Amino acid sequence: MARTHITTVINGDEVDFLTEDSTSLLNALRDEVGLTGAKEGCGTGDCGSCSILLDERVTCSCLVFAPEANGANILTVEGLTDAGELHPLQQCFLEGAALQCGICTPGFLIAAKALLDKNPDPTETEIRYALAGNLCRCTGYDKIVRAVQEAALQMREQ
Amino acid sequence: MAQVYFSAGLRDLTGGVAQVDVQASNVRRLIAALDEMFPGIGERLSEASSVAIDGEILTDAEYESVPDQAEVHFLDILQGG
Amino acid sequence: MALTEENPGYKWVGTRPIRPDGLDKVTGKAQFGADLTLPGMLFGKVVRSPHAHARILSIDTSAAESMLGVKAVITGSDFPDLAANGAHASDIDVANNAIARDKVLYEGHVVAAVAATTRELAEAAAKAVEVSYEILPHVLTVDEAMADNAPLLHENMITKGVDPAPDQPSNVASRIVHERGDLEQGFGEADVVIEREFTTKPVHQGYIEPHAAVADANNDGRANIWCSSQGHFAMRAYTATVLGVSQGTLKVTAAEIGGGFGGKTVIYLEPLAVRLSQRSGRPVKLVMDRDEVFRATGPTSGTRIKVKMGISNGGELTAAEVWMAFEAGAYAGSPVGAAGMTVIAAYDIPHFLVEGYDVVCNKPRVAAYRAPGAPMAAFAVESVLDELARSIDMDPIEVRLANAAVEGTQASYGPKFPRIGFVETLEAIKEHPNYTAELGPNQGRGVAAGFWFNAGMNSSATVHVNENGTATVVTGSPDIGGSRQSMALMAAEELGIPYESIKPVVADTETVGFNDVTGGSRVTLATGAAVVDACRLVIEDLRARAAKTWDVEIDQVEWVDGQAQHVDGSQPPLSLNALAAKSGRTGGPISANASLNARGVGAGFSTQLCDVEVDPETGVTRVVRYLTAQDAGRAISPDYVEGQMQGGVVQGIGWGLNEEYIHDENGAMENPSFLDYRMPVASDLPMIECSIVEVPNPAHPYGVRGVGEVGIVPPMAALANAIKDATGVRLTDLPMTPIKVLEALNEQSD
Repeated sequence: MARTHITTVINGDEVDFLTEDSTSLLNALRDEVGLTGAKEGCGTGDCGSCSILLDERVTCSCLVFAPEANGANILTVEGLTDAGELHPLQQCFLEGAALQCGICTPGFLIAAKALLDKNPDPTETEIRYALAGNLCRCTGYDKIVRAVQEAALQMREQ
Repeated sequence: MAQVYFSAGLRDLTGGVAQVDVQASNVRRLIAALDEMFPGIGERLSEASSVAIDGEILTDAEYESVPDQAEVHFLDILQGG
Repeated sequence: MALTEENPGYKWVGTRPIRPDGLDKVTGKAQFGADLTLPGMLFGKVVRSPHAHARILSIDTSAAESMLGVKAVITGSDFPDLAANGAHASDIDVANNAIARDKVLYEGHVVAAVAATTRELAEAAAKAVEVSYEILPHVLTVDEAMADNAPLLHENMITKGVDPAPDQPSNVASRIVHERGDLEQGFGEADVVIEREFTTKPVHQGYIEPHAAVADANNDGRANIWCSSQGHFAMRAYTATVLGVSQGTLKVTAAEIGGGFGGKTVIYLEPLAVRLSQRSGRPVKLVMDRDEVFRATGPTSGTRIKVKMGISNGGELTAAEVWMAFEAGAYAGSPVGAAGMTVIAAYDIPHFLVEGYDVVCNKPRVAAYRAPGAPMAAFAVESVLDELARSIDMDPIEVRLANAAVEGTQASYGPKFPRIGFVETLEAIKEHPNYTAELGPNQGRGVAAGFWFNAGMNSSATVHVNENGTATVVTGSPDIGGSRQSMALMAAEELGIPYESIKPVVADTETVGFNDVTGGSRVTLATGAAVVDACRLVIEDLRARAAKTWDVEIDQVEWVDGQAQHVDGSQPPLSLNALAAKSGRTGGPISANASLNARGVGAGFSTQLCDVEVDPETGVTRVVRYLTAQDAGRAISPDYVEGQMQGGVVQGIGWGLNEEYIHDENGAMENPSFLDYRMPVASDLPMIECSIVEVPNPAHPYGVRGVGEVGIVPPMAALANAIKDATGVRLTDLPMTPIKVLEALNEQSD
């Protein structure tokens, strides 16, 4: 039952850890690296709560085997803050009350960041489709979409 | 005297009686008085009910006072989610 | 936002600051149920029945026990037999649902559990537990369960509420009934009578966070439990019952909770985790995967409901007859009682008969889901009401206004209504521009209304004033919707200090007094009332200390805007900071506690307006516009009141259009994943417009009415009514999937 040594860059830092070959990247991040921001909502890539950026692509970390991440560049929700300063998305989610229980929030923040990085001025429809891979059961998505619109506006103005 | 109303589900224990006037200072005494009028109803009312006194729904209401002329209804215990 | 009563000029209540726990939640720091790791922790895995109904012949754990890394294996024999100990029937059901004893009653029913050093080893060990079953015939729906000669789940179940009581057992646990007037007379007075039959499927609360618990037991019988739940005191009580121990031996800490909606007011994993921890001598983490959540945790009931209603040409409802059968799942306890009490409660109908049946069947035991029982009942009645309005050519809002319950109306379930805001929500819809917005081709508009009692129940709160005049507000209500913000807003309003000076905390079962579950839309009202009472005690104390400082009588001291003021201004005011800093000299630390069984619960009403577009080729229903008007009494936190309104609507939309449990002929669930159990996503929906109506609850210091639940009651009927308006077809079976819409359209054109 030998474990594999994996080296990655996570949130800008070089991080290495040991893992079984069959362990998901999600579980490796949570159990080995101690980053519990990404959540398991389903384990089958249907809810998006485990979303991370893997080499700048929004990815369900539950669908990636941890060894596949060797040498990869990973961003998790913990990496959104820049030296203590919140990303505009995080600030807009707070001000716009875009979370209730908060379990889906890390996944939405990552997916929204990926959207705005590529498309800084999305329409409401584009936002809704970009976020269609993230399930929220509490909010009905209304305030999430508005928060992303507001963050996009602020980021364009910067 | 308080006016006590029985829902349809309780009327099998009251022989069809839907409303009685009862003198009692609190709900526990009210239930005891009702049990004397309709034997067996006391257990059902204590265990299975919330009570509405003049429109206010209360749970665990045994020691709630029953004002004179109050309208009292016994309800099933309600669950929220 | 207020539509009726004036804003009384609150400084904090009614504002939209940032919630206190928000920062941790947007940075990934917040700790949910599965996020805790303890040194030496083992991973647990549950073994579940693959059969819907079977006798357990034997369980062989020897192979599992001897596997590498396996530290404990438990079965039903590791738990006390509550039936033999003469326990209450409902406690016995909880215990048997937690882990099966001689029979399994649904696919997914717990049979055993293991704990091992890694997830993979635990999964392998669970697979190695050998269970042999004698498969029994099963029943899955109310129709099957109520049929003559149906196989029985419980051999001694005699239907309660039937007179005379049946002499044979059945799968019908109980019957409820509400009656008034004379049905024959009532229908005789009607100009139009419409009768329809409706069916709904079980739907899951759909919380994104699966159940999770970490238990750390000592060998003296005490255990610490970390879990996400809607009520850690309830978890403590249920867990103690199942384990057969005193509650005082268990300490439960509330993790942040990733959604509950009623489904986390009951236990699943906690007793198993504790027993595994006791047997292994190490902490144990037990987490459900999504498959397990679907197969083995309470959805809400599937139902069959028949409604017959009569109306006069002038628009007065004359009579209503309702028959309902609700699936309880494996043990008695569907929400048919609440359904019976809410089904026609919003209207003043002189003659009615409401009858409901609680029916067991071989599916997971149902758990509460947001206004349990009311949504299905409203789907039926609000659909028939829509048909009645059409038959007399009356506007759907007008027909509801003509019959709406108001203050003084005798509710269908007995007592007279106090001040309520149903009419105001109807008017809010009527006056909104959406009501007259233009509809395009294939589009239709539907209206529906809903009612929910809301709950009061028990809460405790402690308020501590820190040495620098800030305050900590301690409660025991897990925060599922932003309630910590409401507690801080009310405390700020009472104490007269800034919201930012208040830290609201949810404490564990050892550090705060008892709190009933976070559910029933009760926390803002009941826990809020405890916070308000504790603040008022603190203010009493502060006035006394100011009086001491000034050497005057306490009646010379007022508390205004966070300061003690002398009534005639002969002393400079003393701020909370100043009093706190010197508290040792005036009597000691400043702190107060309040515990109560909440009074003055105010009922909630919601009226909703839904515009849909139905594609005639695919049958897909798209929600184009949605407006919800809900009476919040007083919106302490408007952001989160809107959040509850919108969340309830979207769950209702999922329930109405897509969500359902699908079982195969063996009683196994065929769609236990988010792929095939289709909940709404962002691209399915428009913005959900909210109109917060405020008809203050006269019995509450801030006029609060619970808001969490009633929003889910109208949507399915609103959708059905909109689909009828768009296409001419009346759908009576939920969910209203594209296939069903197409079938109905095809039938219509035949």
